[in-house]
Amino acid sequence: MKTFRKRVIPTLLVDGRRLVKTQRFSDPTYIGDPVNTVRIFNEKQVDELVVLDIGASKGRRGPQLDLLAEMAEEAFMPLAYGGGVRSVSEVRNILSLGFEKVILNSVTHSDPSFVTEASRIFGRSTLVGSIDVRRKSLGRQELVSAATTRRGSDPVAEARRLENLGVGEILLQSVDRDGTLTGFDLELIRRVTGAVKIPVVAAGGAATITDLVSGVAAGASAVAAGAMFVFRGPHRAVLISYPTDDDLAVLG
Amino acid sequence: MIGIVDYGCGNPGSVLSMLRRIQVPARRVRSEEDFEGCDRFVLPGVGAFDDVVTRFRASGLEGKLEQRVRDQRAPLLGICVGMQMLADASEEGVEPGFGWVPGRVRHLSHIVPEATRLPVMGWQYVEERSHGIFPADEDTRFYFVHSYYFEVEREADLMLVASTPGYPPAAVRRGNIIGTQFHPEKSHRFGMALLSWFSQWEPDR
Repeated sequence: MKTFRKRVIPTLLVDGRRLVKTQRFSDPTYIGDPVNTVRIFNEKQVDELVVLDIGASKGRRGPQLDLLAEMAEEAFMPLAYGGGVRSVSEVRNILSLGFEKVILNSVTHSDPSFVTEASRIFGRSTLVGSIDVRRKSLGRQELVSAATTRRGSDPVAEARRLENLGVGEILLQSVDRDGTLTGFDLELIRRVTGAVKIPVVAAGGAATITDLVSGVAAGASAVAAGAMFVFRGPHRAVLISYPTDDDLAVLG
Repeated sequence: MIGIVDYGCGNPGSVLSMLRRIQVPARRVRSEEDFEGCDRFVLPGVGAFDDVVTRFRASGLEGKLEQRVRDQRAPLLGICVGMQMLADASEEGVEPGFGWVPGRVRHLSHIVPEATRLPVMGWQYVEERSHGIFPADEDTRFYFVHSYYFEVEREADLMLVASTPGYPPAAVRRGNIIGTQFHPEKSHRFGMALLSWFSQWEPDR
């Protein structure tokens, strides 16, 4: 009897046809071609990929289905997509391209009933709710969306709200740690995973396998990272990488 | 030629891309004419049980698939909800299943430990049950994402089980019909091995 370890998920940010990497959700650095990067991660047999279109929500232009189709064609692993998804037909289109999960953020605030409807049609396991958390002074926190609109202040209440709306997983991103390679916000992971029964994917800050282990120990069902898998060295040279199965065995 | 039943649910495209990658001839089946020339079929499915079953029945492909699989014994591989549809019924909905593999689909909370976060999402190693059907080795693992599982009526219909203690069936098999709870089309080389095996599988007819 043996159980496979927790999932380790590269997060890819696209802006138009460009693959980028942000720091604290700003200053996107050009990384390369998104389709080619998916091909490389596929060769490395990654557990799963998250694709977030950081321009889709901001510009209100919705998902780039052509690009997503090209990415899906190269991916023989599970895929999740987030960015500007607002309708049942968009969810259906994205699933039909070969994505297993759709990540929702802004729409969960603007149209919560859509989330419940989508959950009824597509099943809970198809929907991921994303929470972007930024710390304020005095230990207070606020939630932000991809459009950087403020969304209240309590990640725990937000996680419960999304669970009740019908999502099957939460993507919990620390904005302050994004791209900084300073490790996960473990306290945030502990609080949110303790409050819901659905899986939580921790994101934001991971730089090393030790960080990934800490995220899992804090309660995350899976750990995601961007900079860790696209940069190498202090000068952030672009290099697509992914640890070997042997290296990841410590995740348990 | 493998026919991928395309009725607007799930990801026939992913199955086609993987088959293309391993150089197995395949095509989408969207009408009765498309069945022509196909000697085996894949039935994908992603979504809530009732929505998927209803869409499949509305596609007009049910009668022909039943004829090819049930009467002419063409091999069938159901994936995820495409597997669950093979059962008699599902707790997730009120629509009847096909009843091609005796059993019912139940919520995972009935069997997994209470602390398990649901839906289950992730990779599982699998072990063989019906020996000599699909050769799984000790590294064979597949990707699962589900809240419901297939409870077989007869133990003999279990083909693969997950290596995690207490975890439900990974694949069922009855005669020429196979169903996998996991997604072979999303399971890297392990999925390629399974699809490659299925493309040549000759069940007893």
